[in-house]
Amino acid sequence: MQGEWGGVREAGGGGLLRTEGVAKAFGGVQALGGCTIDVEPGSITGLIGPNGSGKTTLFNVITGYERLDAGEVYLDGTRITNAPPQRVFALGIGRTFQLTRIFSSLTVMENMLVASQHSSRQPGRVRNPLARAGGAADRQRAMDLLDFVGLAGHATAPAETLSYGQRKLLELAYVMVADPAIVLLDEPAGGVNPSLINDIAARIRELNAAGRTFLIVEHNMDFVMGICSRIAVLDYGTVVAAGPPEAIRRDPRVLDAYLGAAEDDDDTG
Amino acid sequence: MSLPPALRWGSVAALLAVAAVFPLVFTSELVTQIAVDTLIFAGAAAAWNIFSGYSGYISLGHAVFFGAGAYTAGVAAQDWQISGSAEFLLLPLAAAVAAVIAVPFGLIALRVRRHTFVVVTIAVFFIFQLMAFNLAVTGGSVGINAPFLGWDPATYNNPFYYLALIIAVGTTALSWLIRRSRFGLQLRAIRDDEDRARGLGVRVMRVKLTAFIISAVVMGLVGALWFFFIVQVLPQYGFDPLLDLSVALMAFLGGLGRVAGPVLGALILEPGQQYLTLHIGNSYLSEIILGALFLLVILFLPRGIIPFLEERVTAWRGRAPRAPDTVPASPAGEQPAQAARRGTS
Repeated sequence: MQGEWGGVREAGGGGLLRTEGVAKAFGGVQALGGCTIDVEPGSITGLIGPNGSGKTTLFNVITGYERLDAGEVYLDGTRITNAPPQRVFALGIGRTFQLTRIFSSLTVMENMLVASQHSSRQPGRVRNPLARAGGAADRQRAMDLLDFVGLAGHATAPAETLSYGQRKLLELAYVMVADPAIVLLDEPAGGVNPSLINDIAARIRELNAAGRTFLIVEHNMDFVMGICSRIAVLDYGTVVAAGPPEAIRRDPRVLDAYLGAAEDDDDTG
Repeated sequence: MSLPPALRWGSVAALLAVAAVFPLVFTSELVTQIAVDTLIFAGAAAAWNIFSGYSGYISLGHAVFFGAGAYTAGVAAQDWQISGSAEFLLLPLAAAVAAVIAVPFGLIALRVRRHTFVVVTIAVFFIFQLMAFNLAVTGGSVGINAPFLGWDPATYNNPFYYLALIIAVGTTALSWLIRRSRFGLQLRAIRDDEDRARGLGVRVMRVKLTAFIISAVVMGLVGALWFFFIVQVLPQYGFDPLLDLSVALMAFLGGLGRVAGPVLGALILEPGQQYLTLHIGNSYLSEIILGALFLLVILFLPRGIIPFLEERVTAWRGRAPRAPDTVPASPAGEQPAQAARRGTS
């Protein structure tokens, strides 16, 4: 398969998150054409590529928002191809969206509690269905995470009062509530002011140091090169290059696919 | 909820006390009859709000459950020759039939969203109205009469008043419990962004269907009680499109998705409608006036009375919780080179 990357792996093994030959077409447009990636556990992996190269589609296919036409998706060796979003989340893949998607009419704390339902489930115990949402443990964990992203002071505020950057942080926090094995971030730095970008990068590094795996789509090159241990480059729905940031920066295929545009026509914005 | 807890629970207790003694103070049959109608609508609107208000799926087909409750009570009383106050034992059956109808109705309608959902609920509603007109069991356009209650006319309305009060208060209490529960949180998350809620592990179909069934059960109860009260059900009143519009308007007026919203809306709209009908004598004119009133509400109180008042209180206290850190609201992560190469993605 073209674009196999992520180092040598024994047959049948693989990384924490693996896609094999994933294809997805929208009408006549082939968004993904046999895309194979392999995310090593404990890594921060970057996924870059020009607009329309299939990055967000790949996220959607992995997390069950789009059905794929061909190929397979594995999480830790388990096949999760075409699993619905709630199942993908329960299995341990959290994700954020390019344009943040929070529950704007709920409070910040309520946003956290929506995601916390799996973490507190105790098998064999019947729960009072009308009990107040979020037990003490759930609320404490939610509060700790809000504190971690710097939003603890906003816990009781309606989420719609948060700024764009704060919404990104809230989305990161509530994805973390369920303790996912891997987190997919779609443009975490997009539209965020520089100081907050550093803040977000620091939070991601901290979570990664604690063992969390990340797969990040991002256009901000400084951000990607600075934070990622491995980078995959997507073009026309396939992986054209993969490796550590230094190698990617020099790879001629990457320059052609990703940066070559500047030489073709650099007069438009 | 911006009221301090002591004040809030104090006003709830005062309201309950007033409601409890109301028919003992105002003994006029006309007044208690309007009060019963109002409480029936309060229960119906509160039930509608548990589903539509919290989930954001605006149903205009809840009269299906109301009519099903009325007809279930009517047909069962007729077939089993139930007479007198024993008819009230049929209330649970009416609720159960409404729940059974809600399952396939919900499984079909809840697959689509927004406007399509509204249209599907209206279509299902008309199917049921047509069936009521045409099936033998419903008595067609002649309808069904309720068993005769040989009660003293002076206090005839009182048992209905208290039953309707129990249903309305019980439904509102249930609505309050649901709103603060995990289930209610999931419903409100679905209203804000259903796909996002799925991605956070919410089993959206199960949650929506459960809320749909809960509100159907109360609608069935209320429909049966209404049938016993007015003693007759005809297809056009059992399955009445105006009922759907009324409960929706009540919830919108008071505050969609708020616990007290639909109750407040019912307390204003139903007596208002009855008052206008009585004093103008022409029910069409009163409906036109109410329609105009509704347009004014939409223009000046688009979110309903309760959210409006809350905003005023918050503004008056001068502590609007605004987030201090503001950054540009538009994503600007795209680099010119990429944009130039591919255009928009």
